Amino acid sequence: MDTFLQTLVAGVLKGGLYAIIGMGMTLIMGVMGIINLAHGQLMMVAMYIAYVCFTYFGLDPYVALLVTMPSLFIMGVIIQKYLLNPLAYIEAILPHNQVLMTVGIAMVLTEVIRFIFTSNYLSVQTSYSSSTLHLASLSFSVPLTIAFFSACLLTAGLFLFLLKTDVGRSIRAVAQDAEAAQVMGIDSERIKAITMGIGAALVAAAGNLLLPVYYLFPDIGRPFTTKAFVITILGGMGSTVGAILGGVTLGLAEAFASTYKGQEYEEMTGLIIFVLVLLFLPGGFKRLTKV
Amino acid sequence: MKRNIIPLIVLAVLLVLPFILRDPYYLHLMILVLMWVALGSGWNLISGYTGQVSFGTAAFFGVGAYSAALLMSKLGISAWWGLPLGAFIAVLLSFPFGWISFRLRGPYFALVTLALNEILRHIATIWESLTDGMVGILVLQTFISKQPYYYIMLAIAVTSIIVIKLVMDSKLGYYFVTIREDQEAAESLGINTVYYKMVSLCISAAIIGFTGALYTNYMGFIDPKIVFALGDISIMAILVGIVGGVATIYGPAIGAFIMVAVQEFFRTAGFGLFIYLANLTGWSFMHTAVKYISQAHVLSFGLLVIFVIRYLPNGVVGDWDVIKRKFSFGKTGSV
Repeated sequence: MDTFLQTLVAGVLKGGLYAIIGMGMTLIMGVMGIINLAHGQLMMVAMYIAYVCFTYFGLDPYVALLVTMPSLFIMGVIIQKYLLNPLAYIEAILPHNQVLMTVGIAMVLTEVIRFIFTSNYLSVQTSYSSSTLHLASLSFSVPLTIAFFSACLLTAGLFLFLLKTDVGRSIRAVAQDAEAAQVMGIDSERIKAITMGIGAALVAAAGNLLLPVYYLFPDIGRPFTTKAFVITILGGMGSTVGAILGGVTLGLAEAFASTYKGQEYEEMTGLIIFVLVLLFLPGGFKRLTKV
Repeated sequence: MKRNIIPLIVLAVLLVLPFILRDPYYLHLMILVLMWVALGSGWNLISGYTGQVSFGTAAFFGVGAYSAALLMSKLGISAWWGLPLGAFIAVLLSFPFGWISFRLRGPYFALVTLALNEILRHIATIWESLTDGMVGILVLQTFISKQPYYYIMLAIAVTSIIVIKLVMDSKLGYYFVTIREDQEAAESLGINTVYYKMVSLCISAAIIGFTGALYTNYMGFIDPKIVFALGDISIMAILVGIVGGVATIYGPAIGAFIMVAVQEFFRTAGFGLFIYLANLTGWSFMHTAVKYISQAHVLSFGLLVIFVIRYLPNGVVGDWDVIKRKFSFGKTGSV
């Protein structure tokens, strides 16, 4: 029973992080209509920035959020503005060339980081990296608990932003109907760039929050890209509420798989869920929650 | 008839090539080029002609390669039987995954193939009692000389081009292109889009699986990281297809030549040019350059993907008129 509860706790805590990874992706999916296959790699870049901040400037990973989130926002805007938006005007036979472009971006990001930092495993050892809180017989990892609550805060912030601000409303308008939004005087290319920036900033936050408890190497991006698209499909494309549900579901499933089946099955869990969702619930949780 | 002359000349040159090219290294490169002609053609059928972008070339390739290797290592049957078996299993595998994704609209097929690739790599790694995991499988090569492999690979490359040409000239080909251009219109014309996408995927998977099995026979060694590689197989196939020419018969042939050259350029640091320069001049930064260049082939792939999609979306063959116009523009200097 204890193992079960402990796994449950670990799964939910991790699920909070996955939720913000998924929310960025689903926002991009909703507005641009593309799957961003460079999502995990953007997170990896953010983690390396935080690592540099920690090692060379002594900045705590949580303080480094103030560095990584803006820099990844700018990076996302640049990627969208100069690499993805122009593709709309190119006559190509091949559909989905924007998705292909994100794959190219992902490869370049990974290899550039490999050039700078080599393939060695790095880690950030903070005073609280391995400390735990005890509640009854359950133990909570401190960094993961902080990460979970930060994720909740970020989620609340994102919802406020989307619901209350002008830019947020524009984003939702473009997601619903890009052409109609354009007619209403919304510069949809600008909105797309901002959305990409927000998506990148969110995943940067996730990476940063994960940093104290995770190893860091250039190839860490790809499994997280996979997780991100699994969450997006699981939640329903374009649904932020779905992304939260999807993130927590994936977190739980992975935790249970790695406790009861073995560590090496952790990564496969998400992929199996992905196939099952396409089989039995192709619209994801969005079909059930309707938002 | 005139259109067929150039390919026939190229084929004739390729047939006599092993007698001129004695160096096994260059023959090996030519075998790789021919292998990529087959793989690129397979990718081009489902993605270029039918419009379903596939990230799963490595999945079918790896399944073909593993079925040949397992026949040899588990059952003791010659790995050459793996060629038809690999094609068959790749087709079997394409059924459920094609069926799952083709019913749905959106980028599902791309994601499913991507996931399939990852799933198979994990299975091949985890299921150690069957596949020996990361250790890989060793298969003894039948021929010592590279020439027989060259001719077999040439036969497969030519066959796959002919098969795709026949398919595209038949009614099937028109269905495929219609599905790519407008699914709704295709359906309203009475084309069963799921069925024909499936047909396209099966032919593609068969070609790729067959080639994968031959890869095992030729290279003599496979492991999950080599055959289920996303970058070196799946992305490479996409690049071969795009660089050569999306939805063109001979595009993948040209793309394969260019891409193998690019890959080899980086692997050998400019075909040894930089090493030669380093030894000649004795400058230490040349040695550093050699080290970096030989590591950069994945980076070059990424940059190529970005460049090609941005500036050459239909490839050398597809955008030939554009390229020609640009060059003649530069020559005459007038509008």
